[in-house]
Amino acid sequence: MSRVLLIEDDPSVREGVELGLRRRGHEVRAAATGEAGLAAMAEFRPDLLLLDLMLPGMNGVQVCRRVRERSQLPIIMLTARGDDFDVVIGLEAGADDYIVKPARTEVIEARIRAVLRRLDDGGAGRPDIEVHGELTIDRVGLTVAKAGRPLALAPSELKLLLHLSAAPEQVFSRQQLLEHVWDHSYHGDARLVDACVARLRGKIEDQVGSPRYVQTLRGFGYRFGPL
Amino acid sequence: MSTGTGGSTGGTGARRSRRARAFGLRTRLLLAFLLVAAVSAGTTAALTYREARNAVLQTAQDTAVTSFRDQVQQTAFALPVQGGDDLDALLRDIARRGKPHPWVVFAEYGSVRASSGENAESTVITPELRRAARADPHGSFERVVKDGVPYLTIAMPMVFKTGPYSLVPSGLVLYAVMRMTDEQVNVDALLMAARDGALPGLAVALIPGLIAARSVLRPVRELREAARSMGSGRLDTRIPVRGSDELADLAHTFNESAAQLDHSVRELRDAEARARRFASDVSHELRTPLAGMLAVTEVLDEDADHLDADTARAVRLVSAETGKLAVLVEDLMEISRFDARAAELNADEVDVAETIRKTLDNRHWTDTRIRTELPDGIRARLDPRRFDLVIANLVGNALRHGGAPVTVRLRTEASSEGRAVLVTEVTDSGPGIRPEALPHIFDRFYKADAARTRSAGSGLGLAITLENVKLHGGTIRAGNLPGSGAVFTVEIPLHAEEAGG
Repeated sequence: MSRVLLIEDDPSVREGVELGLRRRGHEVRAAATGEAGLAAMAEFRPDLLLLDLMLPGMNGVQVCRRVRERSQLPIIMLTARGDDFDVVIGLEAGADDYIVKPARTEVIEARIRAVLRRLDDGGAGRPDIEVHGELTIDRVGLTVAKAGRPLALAPSELKLLLHLSAAPEQVFSRQQLLEHVWDHSYHGDARLVDACVARLRGKIEDQVGSPRYVQTLRGFGYRFGPL
Repeated sequence: MSTGTGGSTGGTGARRSRRARAFGLRTRLLLAFLLVAAVSAGTTAALTYREARNAVLQTAQDTAVTSFRDQVQQTAFALPVQGGDDLDALLRDIARRGKPHPWVVFAEYGSVRASSGENAESTVITPELRRAARADPHGSFERVVKDGVPYLTIAMPMVFKTGPYSLVPSGLVLYAVMRMTDEQVNVDALLMAARDGALPGLAVALIPGLIAARSVLRPVRELREAARSMGSGRLDTRIPVRGSDELADLAHTFNESAAQLDHSVRELRDAEARARRFASDVSHELRTPLAGMLAVTEVLDEDADHLDADTARAVRLVSAETGKLAVLVEDLMEISRFDARAAELNADEVDVAETIRKTLDNRHWTDTRIRTELPDGIRARLDPRRFDLVIANLVGNALRHGGAPVTVRLRTEASSEGRAVLVTEVTDSGPGIRPEALPHIFDRFYKADAARTRSAGSGLGLAITLENVKLHGGTIRAGNLPGSGAVFTVEIPLHAEEAGG
């Protein structure tokens, strides 16, 4: 079971989600503000952050950015559908996934499990350490380095890169990536993929404008290489 | 000029507008100007021509009659007249002295006929003239046109002067026949002059006609453009008011009406926006408490077994209804976003058959209740989430309100405009939709079955489906199969323009 830090300002949502997750055996620490949540992080050492976007004071996007400055903690945003703009901003700030409120506990838990799940299917039969151009991908140690310098990749970015590079030059549609990398339904929000690709490119590509490692095939999806 | 506005009975719009143009204001104004100019120029020319012609002919004819009478009186005839060379010579003598032109002289006396010309008897002299010659001893004349040539014929009876005031006809009548060709040329020249004067006059009349038409038509055109602009939604359209004539009054009235319309529409829109904002705000406010409640429904469900029977029933009821309330609020939010035009289409090019199969799989509709005809290889730009909702809603409805088996059919077709469209058909094997319910089937909260007080869904499912299809630029329609069963047909353009993405 995992340690979940919940930052949510509304008392009823905070209490309901905390109660539901605790019943399923998770250890939950709830905070009402972004500041309180950040303060609790060092001491609580969560496995995952469940973050409401609409917070008084420091908002969810700012909290997200602050967390990404020093750690690759999995982050799931809590949002209301219709706050589309916030979703995109949150994803750009480094969130790995999002949940639309109101949601049943089983849905929240499924998302938590998906984000925490190690990607272990794609790389079967491939060497532990692969070198693609300047990129060194360690499938066992789950680290990526570019020109010998380790890269800090968020969980979704790392999983996306591992999945794509496990089958170089194969094209994956955004729907397929949603299913395999995020455990979302086929009909999920493809912006999740696009935002993650954009973040990943920002970290691994020399020129984000003309990507070399993660390439777009317009109308079809994404592929790794050819280099 | 009497066709009025024209085109009121015209068939197609194009034909109507062409007819309207042919008998439009400009044409009618020009025709009116031309008519006035033609009538005045024509009348003037005709009067002038008539007077001048009379003057020319009168002069020639007076000269001729006087001259002939003198000739006849100065000539001595031997009576009774015998035909013969003497008489012919006498007549030729008179003929030579014809004024203003030479004439041919004929003599008639009983059965004696003589002339200065080749024929003894003239073909130009009419019986009327002969009658007049016998009646009037002072002589008569007549203008005759024969074979296109004008002649002046003069009859002069020889008389015996028996007293100062009494004359006795001798029985001899002399006729003079004179060609009036020169006079005709003069008259023709007059006619030409009248025509040459009138035609440029008519042409010149076109200029004030055009100016007048322009001065009337410009405000009319401005009015038409303003009305069209209003019709296309720009209610702030106004037209400049020039001068103080009737057209300026019309422009003024138009502007006032437009301002009032603008005001009314703005008020209506504001009221509608307020109503929508209220619905949206209500759903937003409901969502936060629901988020807390929904997160703990599982706790209720799990623990209900350990509670006493009544409490357990109450707890399960609360849990179940919380779930339904969450769906209703979510659907209300969705509808609010469509109303506020805030719904976005996140289109992606997908394999449609695969997309539909995933929809059915996700909801465990994989048994024999569902039949599919999904040809592979059809790709279209769709918002996968919204298309999933459309298919799930139609299949769910078919299973709930219709009857198994439900068939999902996919095909592509060329639309009437020649564009390729994606056609998705969901048919069921139930009793079909009542005909009176068909027009309202996509209305919000419409209950096709009046006996059912609450539908299993939110009552917004088909309304949201319709909006989702429209967002794809497509159409949806409901109908019944010839035998039994309802059929819902969704048509979406295969390659929607990129704007949607």
